[in-house]
Amino acid sequence: MAAAASMMPIYGQQISSKNDLVPDWTTQEVSTGTTIMAVEYDGGVVIGADSRTTTGAYIANRVTDKLTRIHDRIFCCRSGSAADTQAIAEVVAYQLGFHSIELDEPPLVETAANLFRASCYRYREELMAGILVAGWDRRKGGQVYCVPIGGMLVRQPVAVGGSGSSYIYGFMDSNYKPGLSKDQCLELTASALALAMERDGSSGGVIRLATISEDGVERRVILGDQLPKFSTH
Amino acid sequence: MATLTMSRPPFGGFSFENCKRNATLEGETSKLGFSLPAARKTGTTICGVVFKDGVVLGADTRATEGMVVADKNCSKIHYISPNIYCCGAGTAADTEMTTQIISSNLELHSLSTGRLPRVATANRMLKQMLFRYQGYIGAALVLGGVDCNGPHLYSIYPHGSTDKLPYVTMGSGSLAAMAVFEDRYKPNMEEEEAKRLVRDAIAAGIFNDLGSGSNIDLCVITKGNVDYIRPHDEANKKGVRLNELEALQLTGDYKYKRGTTAVLTKAISPLDLEVVEESVQTMDTS
Repeated sequence: MAAAASMMPIYGQQISSKNDLVPDWTTQEVSTGTTIMAVEYDGGVVIGADSRTTTGAYIANRVTDKLTRIHDRIFCCRSGSAADTQAIAEVVAYQLGFHSIELDEPPLVETAANLFRASCYRYREELMAGILVAGWDRRKGGQVYCVPIGGMLVRQPVAVGGSGSSYIYGFMDSNYKPGLSKDQCLELTASALALAMERDGSSGGVIRLATISEDGVERRVILGDQLPKFSTH
Repeated sequence: MATLTMSRPPFGGFSFENCKRNATLEGETSKLGFSLPAARKTGTTICGVVFKDGVVLGADTRATEGMVVADKNCSKIHYISPNIYCCGAGTAADTEMTTQIISSNLELHSLSTGRLPRVATANRMLKQMLFRYQGYIGAALVLGGVDCNGPHLYSIYPHGSTDKLPYVTMGSGSLAAMAVFEDRYKPNMEEEEAKRLVRDAIAAGIFNDLGSGSNIDLCVITKGNVDYIRPHDEANKKGVRLNELEALQLTGDYKYKRGTTAVLTKAISPLDLEVVEESVQTMDTS
């Protein structure tokens, strides 16, 4: 539908007349306007995301899984264009799987993060993808790497991303302390995501959480009615 | 004098050379009051649902060209492989060609592996092709099928993102159809219940969306069996016009009675023809 409706921006005109029968949101790109979060703790990482994917003002998928497995102990949280992030994640998963077989040992989280950064930086003009790479490996334990739009790479103990992240920077700064336990991290993540989902229109649905440690990956879902509540009215 | 022209090897991808020409034409014709022909879109309602033993895919049958219905009974459920079918919304040509290309590649792949193709494979092939063309191929698809891992249903967007869900709708009438699904979907439905649900969802799209209409097609895919029901429901039958005086069916009869046009004068002039040449060609009937 994008093909028939739009042209290269230089000419500024449209080949075919705007069709009233087909509404605007059918021609919009699918975006994960999102809130994603990742926290390191001693022994692993906790990652979380909301579950809303939108095309314009319509929610195309209200139960999206934005926590994508890249390898056994490495996950990524996707935000930005759904098509771009899915494509990148699949390419990186392939590259990392190949690399891991060559090494004959589990890959490093830093390797995965660098593969993401390589794709996101090289094609920075064409892509719209903000990704958090998080996982556990034997060398450095739990790690969180942030690869925002533009293709930067930086390791952080706590990272948030997506359109809803702007609303929870204050909450993060005041409530995160180094040395939290796994359950405290889970509570922090759930609360932060709930607050962001409350305020950001592009975030919502359910909260998906996962803990990654040496023992494996534990996934859980917090449904709408069980979300942490903050408002009293 | 003849000149040799060098032929350039064809480049991959789209050629945007005609865009400037089209822009000029558009400007000139709008000054004269005409409008250029628009690409035919299937302003559509398509949907799919996973039930106990498989998937049910549904689609309407109207194809529009601007505000006019170009095809009252077009088929929007495309064959991908014996166990996988795909509904297409968006630009009609794009959905048709994309599904045909992937169907062909999947058959070759299936012959190479020696196995029945999997829905996830078709999904990967479709999304990678659509992503490569960055949304310029306007194909929004609902892909469903049953393979060795059970029934699967995917929705695929023009830019190349996909969602794996138990029920999906696409097209201009998708909101109406989704409303029906959100109200009445239950996991592990029986086949008849699932067919009724899909039929009602498409009907909601047909009656509440201007871009969808005509009949309802269904495709029920289970392990080892496909029911392609076209049409399942003729929701909009064209009326029959009757002439009360003569009780004749007027629809489709375009012959005028002798005497409709009054004859004013009659003049007959015989033409004298003489035989110039006569040749006989024998026919070989052996």
